[in-house]
Order: sequence, then C-alpha cells, then structure tokens
Amino acid sequence: MPWSWRKNRRERAKAAKPPEEPLTRSALIWLLAALVLAAAPHASELPIWLSVLFATVAGWRGFIALRGKSLPPRWLLLLLALLAGAGVLIDYRTLFGRDAGVALMVAMTACKLLETRVLRDGVVLVFLGYLLVMSNLLYSQEIPMVAYLFAAVLVMLAAQTLIHRPHAGLRGVAPLRLAGMMVLQAIPVMLILFILFPRIPGPLWGLPKDAYKGRTGLSDEMMPGTVSELVRSDTVAFRARFASATPPPNQRYWRGPVLWRFDGRRWTRHEELPANTPTPFVAEGAAVDYSVILEPSNRRWLFALDLPARLPPRTGMTASFQLLRDQPVNEVYRYEMQSYPNYRTGELTAAERFRGLQLPARGDPRARALAAQWRERMTRPEDRVGAALALFREQAFYYTLTPPLLGADSVDDFLFRTRQGFCEHYASAFVFLMRAAGVPARVVTGYQGGEANDLGGYFIVRQSDAHAWAEVWLAGRGWARVDPTAAVAPGRVRDGLYAAVADPGLLPFLARRGGGGEYEWLRQLALTWDALNNSWNEWVLAYGPDRQKEFLSGLGFGPVDWAEMTVAMTVTLGGFGLLVIGWRWRRRGTRDPVARAWQRFCARLARRGLARGPHEGPLDFTERVAASRPELAASVREIGRLYAILRYGPMGSPTDVRQLQWRVGRFRV
Amino acid sequence: MFRGLRQRFEAWVTRGQRPARQPVRLDRRRIYILPTRQGYAFALLLLLLFLWSINYSNSMGFAFTFLLSAVALNSMWRAHNNLLDLVIQPGGAEPVFTGQDAQFSYRLDNPDTGPRHGVALQWRDRSPRYTDVPAQGSATVVLAVPAEHRGRLRPGRLRVLTRFPLGLLQAWSWVEFEQDCLVYPQPRGGRPLPVAMAGGTGSGVGEQGAGSEDYAGFRPYAPGDSPRRIAWRAAARTDRLLVKQFTDQARPELWLDWRLLGAEPIEPRLEQLCQWVLKAEGEGCEYGLRLPGREISPASGEIQRRRCLEALALFVGGDG
Repeated sequence: MPWSWRKNRRERAKAAKPPEEPLTRSALIWLLAALVLAAAPHASELPIWLSVLFATVAGWRGFIALRGKSLPPRWLLLLLALLAGAGVLIDYRTLFGRDAGVALMVAMTACKLLETRVLRDGVVLVFLGYLLVMSNLLYSQEIPMVAYLFAAVLVMLAAQTLIHRPHAGLRGVAPLRLAGMMVLQAIPVMLILFILFPRIPGPLWGLPKDAYKGRTGLSDEMMPGTVSELVRSDTVAFRARFASATPPPNQRYWRGPVLWRFDGRRWTRHEELPANTPTPFVAEGAAVDYSVILEPSNRRWLFALDLPARLPPRTGMTASFQLLRDQPVNEVYRYEMQSYPNYRTGELTAAERFRGLQLPARGDPRARALAAQWRERMTRPEDRVGAALALFREQAFYYTLTPPLLGADSVDDFLFRTRQGFCEHYASAFVFLMRAAGVPARVVTGYQGGEANDLGGYFIVRQSDAHAWAEVWLAGRGWARVDPTAAVAPGRVRDGLYAAVADPGLLPFLARRGGGGEYEWLRQLALTWDALNNSWNEWVLAYGPDRQKEFLSGLGFGPVDWAEMTVAMTVTLGGFGLLVIGWRWRRRGTRDPVARAWQRFCARLARRGLARGPHEGPLDFTERVAASRPELAASVREIGRLYAILRYGPMGSPTDVRQLQWRVGRFRV
Repeated sequence: MFRGLRQRFEAWVTRGQRPARQPVRLDRRRIYILPTRQGYAFALLLLLLFLWSINYSNSMGFAFTFLLSAVALNSMWRAHNNLLDLVIQPGGAEPVFTGQDAQFSYRLDNPDTGPRHGVALQWRDRSPRYTDVPAQGSATVVLAVPAEHRGRLRPGRLRVLTRFPLGLLQAWSWVEFEQDCLVYPQPRGGRPLPVAMAGGTGSGVGEQGAGSEDYAGFRPYAPGDSPRRIAWRAAARTDRLLVKQFTDQARPELWLDWRLLGAEPIEPRLEQLCQWVLKAEGEGCEYGLRLPGREISPASGEIQRRRCLEALALFVGGDG
C-alpha cells in the first residue's frame, strides 16, 4: 500500500504541474517592442554603456527568436548580470536611489530577456515593463511623455495577451486592437478611480536622496551669483490665475524665502516656526484672489503675492509672511490664495529688531562709514532709504547678468569698485547699508512679474523671473518693500528682465519677453503649448489630496472625508457597472432574433388576454392557446414548436429562425 | 487537503446540474471566475505601483495604476464573455481498449459576431485542450480520457475554461454530458487460438478437424469473402476473381469459448478472449464467441469483431 500511495502521489504531482508553455515568436517580438518602448526614454539619463547593452541584448534576443537559435548558456548570463550590476555600482556608487534603481531595473530586464523562454519568464518581463513605464513618470509627467507611455502600455498589453500560447490565434494587429479596446473601455473606470479614490498625502516613507534631483528653483540662501544663475533657465516656476483684477507689475512681487542672516557674503534664513493661522497685518484696499499652480520644487515654501492673507491646507505662515507646507512640493501643486497689495504690518518685536540689524562683526568698512554718515545726517529712516536708492540711481550702476567677481569685502567691492550687479547684489548691498544706518531690514527672495498668457488667461512665472528685493521696517508702516534694482533698472519691474538687463542675449529664448524678434511667432506658439500644459497641470497633475477635497467639496456636498469618498467611489463604480450590464442586456435582447420574435408573439397574445404565465414553457403555453382558440391552433403550435427547437433543441438552423420570424410576422389574433 | 476541499466545493456548486443529453449553452449563472496565480501577482504589482505613486505624489502614476486596475477589471468581463453563450455539443467517441485513451470529441459553437480565443476543455487535472472558435462558427476539441476499466466510460464533469485575454483571471464552467465510450478489455494472454472444429458444438476440445483443407474447386468471388480464400493464381489465369471452395459443407467452426479458460478469474479470461477475437479476425477466420448467457454465432468481418468486443466489454457477472 505505501508503495502505491507514493506512486499515486508522484503521478498526481506530475499531473498537477502546469505544462511549460514556450513563448511563440510573435509573443517575443511584441514583448521586445514593448520593453524597448518602455525603456527608451531612460536613454537620456542612463550611462551610455547600459543603453547600448540593452539595445544589443534586445536585438540579440530578437535575432534568436527570428532565426530559432538557442539561448546563450547560463554561465554567460550570470557573468553578464554580475558585470551589469558592477557597472551600475561603479557608475552611481550605490544600488539604491532613483537613478541607480532605474539603471538596475534596466540591466535586470536585459538579463532576463536572454533567459526568457516560457510563459513564466514572459510574465516577469511584462511586470518589469510596467515598472519601467512607471519609472519614466518619475522623470516627466508632461503631455508628450504621457502620450508616449500610453502607446507603450498598449503594446505591453498586446504582449501580455500574446505570451499565453492559447491566445496565439490573435494575429497581425489584432492583439493591439484588443489592447486598444480594453484600454478604451477601461478609461471610464480609471477616471472614476482617479477622481474619487481617496488620495493619501505622501511620502509614506523616506525617499532616496536623488528622488527629485535636478529641480531648478530658488534656494534658501543667497550669494552673489545665485539668482543670476537661476534666471538663465526658462523653466516654469509656477503659473497663476487671477480671479479678481490683475495687479499691476509693480505689485506682482511673489514672496519666497525671507533671508535675515548675513555673514559678509552669504544671506541665509532664520528658522522661524510657521503658525497655522495667517500672520496678522492691517489691510488697506481691496484683496487680490488668485490660484497658483506650482511646479515641483522639492522645497516646502509656497509663493504668494505680498502680503498673503490666507493659508492653503497643510500650510503654515511664519512671522515674516512666508508660506511653508508640511511636505516639500514634489508634485504639481495648486492652491487658492488671497493677498492684499496695500498693507501695514504691526510693531517690531525685540527679536525682530535684533535680527533686522544684525551685521557681520567686521568687514566692508567703507559701506559702514557711508551708512554712519546717513545716520548722523538724517533723523528719519525714510530719508536714509531714499539716500541709498539715490546712490544706486545717480551713480553709474549697471544691471547685468555677468557681474565681475567680488573680493573679500563684497559689499564695499560692489558699491565702490565694480558697480555692476544683478538683483542679489543690489538687495544685499541695500540691506547692508540700511542695517548699518540703523534701519531694520531684510532680504526677500522670490519672483517678480510674470508673463501673461492671454490664450489661457493666466500668468507664467519662470525661473528667469527670479528676483531679490528688500524690506525695511518703518514706524507707522511696518515692513515696507523696497526694490533697489528698480532704482537702477526701472524696466526690470515694468517690462521684465529681457528689457532691462544689459546683456539680454544670455537669456534663454522663452524668457525674452517681447523680444522674440522675427521668431516672435515661435514664442507665441510656445505660449499656446504652455496654455495646454497649464490646463494639464491645473486639472490633472495638480489633482492631489488637497485639490481632490476641494473639488469634491465644491460639487456641493460640503466637506468630504475619505470614508465618504470611498462610499462615493463604490456607488459610482457600482452605478457604472449596472449601466454597462443594462446596456448589454438591452443589446442582447434586441440582437437575438429568436427572443425578439417570441416576445412579439407573446405580446400579441397578451393583448388578447392570453398572457403567458411565468411557469409556462413555450409548448405548454401554445397548447393552452390552441385549446382556447382552436382557429389559431395550427399556427400557434407551429410557432411554439419552432421556438422550442431554436431555444432548447440542438442547434437550430437559420431557416428555422426565418420560419419563426415569418410566422410570427403573419400571426394575427 | 485543499484538493479534497476543492472537490467538495465543486460537487456542491454543481449539485443542481444533471448530465445533459443535449448541447449546453453556458449562461451567466454557471460561469465562475477567479484570479489565477498570475492575477494575484498582478494585484501585488498594482499595490506596488500605488505605493510608489503615493510616495512620489505622482499624479500620472496614480492614473497609470488606476488604468491597469481598470484594464484588469475589463479583462474579467472579457473572460466571462469569452464563455458566455458558448454552446458545447458532445460528439461521439470511438471504442478503445482498456489502457488506451478514449477520445471524446466536442463541438464548440460560437453564436457571437466576434471570434473567441483560447477556450479550453479540461478533464480533471489533465492539461486543458485549447481552441479558437471563429465568429458564428464552431471548433472541435478532442479530450483524451484514460480508459482504466472495461465497460462504458463516462468522462463525467468537464471544465470549460478560458484565461483570455491577459491570463490574470480564469473563467470556467462545469458541464457534464450523458455520453459514454465503450471500453473493450485489454487484449492480453498467452494462449494460442483454439482449434476450429467441424459441425462444432465445441464440445470436444482438442480434437482434430481437417475439413477446411479439402479442396473442391473454385467459385466466383462474392463480396464478403475473405481475401485469404481468393485463389490468386487461378484468378491471374482466368481474369476473374475466384475463391477456393471446400467440399466440407459442415465447415469447421472456431469457437472462442469462455469455458475453455475455466481456471482463471473473470478479467484475465475476458482479456484472453479479447486477444483471441483480434487474432481470429486478423487471420481471417470465422469465429464465434460463447459467454455465459450469450452466444454470438460464427462470422467474420468488422461487424462481427465489434459485436464480440462489445459483448466482452459489457460482460457482467458469470461464474464460469
């Protein structure tokens, strides 16, 4: 007995083991195409050797598939995997993090390709392919990339269908058409999920250090050169849409990091704790309402016009009117804002006065001497401010993107020797002079101006609009904005950088506002494209946890929490499902000629009081009718017989169907 | 353990189903659907993509994850539709010998305007036999079912299944038909063919019968004559097919008799008889078969062979 039992078990194991399904040639070709499509966008950031390796391996595998050659030996594969892993490690000095992770994934996919033979390998490759698609989205979510990846997913779905041997009957473009249909039909459900699936603010755990590498934007410190470097980029920082009247250019100061501390060369922030209520001030005049669609910056601060009067969700405000979100902005983030361009702030605290007058212990003696002079001569702080601005205005100061290098006493060097600088030089020197003259002052960085996109009805603020200005504290007014750059180059504030700077040729094309020359049409085209991108950003990419709550609350349900969202999602999905089922039911009913003829027949009899009971089969029913209306017996019986054959018999012929239709058509009670 | 549970579950689910005599149309009430192992792996992949999207606050990542989820949902619908309204019609099965595989054929009819890909019939744990059913057409699937015992073999419950389109889900249904395949005993045994006897009632076992050797001349060929009796040389001379005739009117008869194998148990006896039938037919003899309660008079040819084998296959009881 034990023997037979064991034998039985062995046989059973043999029977239960699924047969290995070698991949067909066409499945392999589709799979290769999909993987190459999914991996191709990475070519720009991968090391060249890896791109070449991937392309070679894909080509080689394709060759093997087409020519029916055998796969490389296992030791070669192992060697290749080890070498590729080592290559990634050498190139990135790590195996973790976003870039190294993607590189490793590409290398793994290449190795897997060379041992791919059966269904299981195909499944692994398809899954890797989806991960590759996803990894591309970490680098770009713009419309062209999304459209491209959409195509890649279609090919991947076609490949996923074909790796199953029994589905090899799909030939030519049939798998792609099937994938297209599936995706098309999946889109409503996707939209429901996208809109209603409760979003959780990320991240859930620590991200790799290079997760958001390569984002340009304002930093939280300022040195000579920081801003003038930044303005060389025409990347969009954010876009803003005004709900109320657009403020004039000289009020379009987008407030960013406020810098207090100066060490003679570098301005840095003072750590201020954000409060969860707006910092109070006295508003004068009307408010400006607008929304900002911020591009990912990997920084916590949000930009707002001077002075912000409300807080977006999950955001706090510091005493110096700076907005800080709880998490760095790594997605397209949209928020509603309200600002008052005219304002008075409150009293100066002792701590603020102390910080607002801080200066390095030594250095820049000439500037200090000049400020001391002003302090002696002028009693009113406003006059000292005016004196400094007059200095910039009246002396031969230049506004340039390429200022000469400054020596150890950077302020002295700039004020009395080079006299060429960008906004950070002017702001820095101005605040230095004010502090030395006994007026509390601070540097504010951010953006100034912005370009109107009339097509989309919004403003584009680019990195090239980055700016630095100053604020001084004056009794009775509080913190007042002073832009020393405007004293040197008034056009900067009015018309933007391109019109004001001495060497505009250094600016990127899209930043040359109003100066496109004969290529202005191209710039206009770019603006049209930008309008499209803005809608994409505003409605799709910025749809995060906050925007979702805002959107759903805006539908008139009041504030919604995630539980309500889940209910709404389930109900909507269920409703959609019922809709589909109902639609199919109707189509089925009308499509089946036999059922349609029979229903017509029954309806006719029912009108004469001969309704078919739910318990009655067709033959019972027609017998009953024949008994009660003998003059109809013959035709009724024939119809019942035909229907029974077609419905319950072995396959009825098309002639029977026509017979039934004809008889029902002629049937009169 | 799971196997047992699964069988009990299957039995419970199909408790209302009776073996059908007629074609079965798969309606929505008898189609089941569950994820495959690949489907569960895909669910894990979706979870991974979802977490990835949350962690990077990647809006398009969410869209991608939701798109794949919706496609998986759509594939569920498609797998279900791939079976819905499919009509399965049982075909015949040629008789086989014990130990061989009975080949049951089934016709799948597709009333829809689109083709159905990757539909399979599966018998127990054997690997499924896949086929494509063209639009408003039909396809035939042949299932091999091992014939382990003589008699009538019923394939029992079959599984109709599909993993179309993505292999993430398997939709299936159970069908059972009122059909069987005749299974002959396995031809086996070491005994030589018994000797034919004249006038044979077959009582004298082992006696010599020489009648069939007395040559008496030719007669013209008639359909049904064994080719072994054709006098080829004579035919070549006369241009007509001639058959050797024998004087012996009471021709010797070959009786394959149950009683000849008195000492053995039932099944080996039947196996031996089966082997004799094949041998006798192969040698072109006329032969008869005697079983307890049944006697098939001597003849030869395909019909005789079938009758004898059928009698052997369906033999019940008999104590010698």
